[in-house]
Amino acid sequence: MHMMGVLDTLHLWLLPSGLLTTLYMWHAYVCGTIVALTATLVGYFVVLRGVAFMAHSLPKIGFAGVAGATVLQVPPLVGLLTFNLLGGLVMSTLSRRGRRDVVTALTLVLALGAGELFLTLGQAYGETAYALLFGQIVGISGPQVGQTLAVGLVTTGLWMILYRPLLFVTVARDQALARGVRERLLDNLFAILVGLVCVMTVPVVGALLGFSLLIGPVATASLVTRRGVHTLLLAGALGLAAIWLALLLAYDSGWPVGFFATTIIVLEYKVVYIGRWVKTRRALAI
Amino acid sequence: MLDVRDVHVHLAERLVLAGVQFQIEAGEFVGLIGPNGAGKTTLLKTILGLVTPDLGQVLVDNRPIRRGNPAIGYVPQKVHLDPDTPLRGRDFVALGLDGVRWGVPLPRRSRRERVERALGSVQALTYADAPVGRLSGGELQRLQIAQALVGEPRLLLVDEPLSNLDIRNAHEVVRLLHELARSRGMAILLVAHDLNPLLSALDKVVYLARGRSMAGRTDEVMTSESLSRLYGYPVEVMRTRGRIVVVGGPDMHLVPPEAADHAGLGEWEATTP
Ligand SMILES: Nc1ncnc2c1ncn2[C@@H]1O[C@H](COP(=O)(O)OP(=O)(O)OP(=O)(O)O)[C@@H](O)[C@H]1O
Ligand SMILES: [Mg+2]
Repeated sequence: MHMMGVLDTLHLWLLPSGLLTTLYMWHAYVCGTIVALTATLVGYFVVLRGVAFMAHSLPKIGFAGVAGATVLQVPPLVGLLTFNLLGGLVMSTLSRRGRRDVVTALTLVLALGAGELFLTLGQAYGETAYALLFGQIVGISGPQVGQTLAVGLVTTGLWMILYRPLLFVTVARDQALARGVRERLLDNLFAILVGLVCVMTVPVVGALLGFSLLIGPVATASLVTRRGVHTLLLAGALGLAAIWLALLLAYDSGWPVGFFATTIIVLEYKVVYIGRWVKTRRALAI
Repeated sequence: MLDVRDVHVHLAERLVLAGVQFQIEAGEFVGLIGPNGAGKTTLLKTILGLVTPDLGQVLVDNRPIRRGNPAIGYVPQKVHLDPDTPLRGRDFVALGLDGVRWGVPLPRRSRRERVERALGSVQALTYADAPVGRLSGGELQRLQIAQALVGEPRLLLVDEPLSNLDIRNAHEVVRLLHELARSRGMAILLVAHDLNPLLSALDKVVYLARGRSMAGRTDEVMTSESLSRLYGYPVEVMRTRGRIVVVGGPDMHLVPPEAADHAGLGEWEATTP
């Protein structure tokens, strides 16, 4: 892939820094960066719209999709795309009729059940399942980096197109409807957006860590910012810091990246939360 | 400007509007009055094209309404905003300008100025940079009006703007809207369940009860005869110290609901436009 050629050349330039001596670590950093930034964009709307449960469920549905792909012997990406996009659309369509959380939960267990079946049929229990749940960020191939970048660009493009009407219908639904915003279309496109981000996160950081990257940094940033742009910038920085630091620590210790990344994301939240609390206490004391 | 013709709407097998009829001209400031559950919000939604009438028609500028008409501004009754919503007042108002368009908004000078003007016209500049989720009910109310105004509508529908406000602010908002109707020739339909704070400003009243409407000048509509006919049972309209009080309406709980039911919608005459 041409793009990969460019990225790998960049890697050669960075070689002297010492850390990025191995190509697989370089791939991990590139993928981690793309995933963290895209997850921030989508996570912004996930938090604003209060659909964390849906964002939590979709990666697990994607996991079933990959398991299915191994059974049918098609590329994992096909399984991921099919399950995540379909799962998202089913959730957004059905939740207009029933309660969103119930619909989400039912879709999730259905997919997990199917996932278990696929894993058994594909006789690929242990390692594959482990990689899907926790990701394999260290050990990503060149083509996979290209894939992540491509899906990342598509997701970012769709996010930019949706931004304004999605914001309008989220913060001022009645006014948006009156002005002609098409809610159903937006609901479905948003589900696709979350599905796409899961397509990126599942192979790289796994179904579990993907969710924390989506929600954590944005939630932390919203504690202290009052403007969308600032929230996005701060959340992006927090997400990047978490994944970069996690890769560094994992490289040194041999412990899993996911453990460090989730811990750092939660720590960031705690620190900011306590900082804000101390600040208000001080303000009250004066 | 706005022509509501014999509109019938049913929601969940209940006839909520059963022949509503009135007109509003450009520059008129009109109060839409009625007890809770009378169908005021439903009527606004019908005018916006969010609810389709079973019978009858709504015309704006002599054309049938369609959803998303930029000539109509809307300030809804209920707002819910999370306190941590990462949005400043001015971002919230800007959504009224081009929130329907796809894509990320580009920071243009004309856009900023229009938002600034809308904020200024409701005197909301002092808290324009505060996060919207933290504003008081009255402050948010003004921002909502600014959001509706920024698109420069010719018809403004405002649902219960006064219920969140103290008396001083209620008068202030009424004065502001009245002024907008005068200076911009904008038609305003303002929903309220109490007529009194509006009395001095209104050009016209549309009174809604039991799905029917009565429209006209305040002194025509607010009489014991008209309202008794509308309610289908005797109510008394009293004037004391410059206030109008409807005695015996459903808000007063003086008439048992059975008595109201006996009146039956079928025997009612057409409302006077
Ligand atoms: N989506 C709906 N489905 C079924 N019934 C509805 C729906 N929306 C409103 N109604 C009913 O229609 C009637 C009129 O409601 P509406 O909200 O228009 O009243 P309102 O005059 O605005 O009352 P309020 O002063 O309390 O705001 C109410 O009895 C309400 O229960
Ligand atoms: Mg109402």
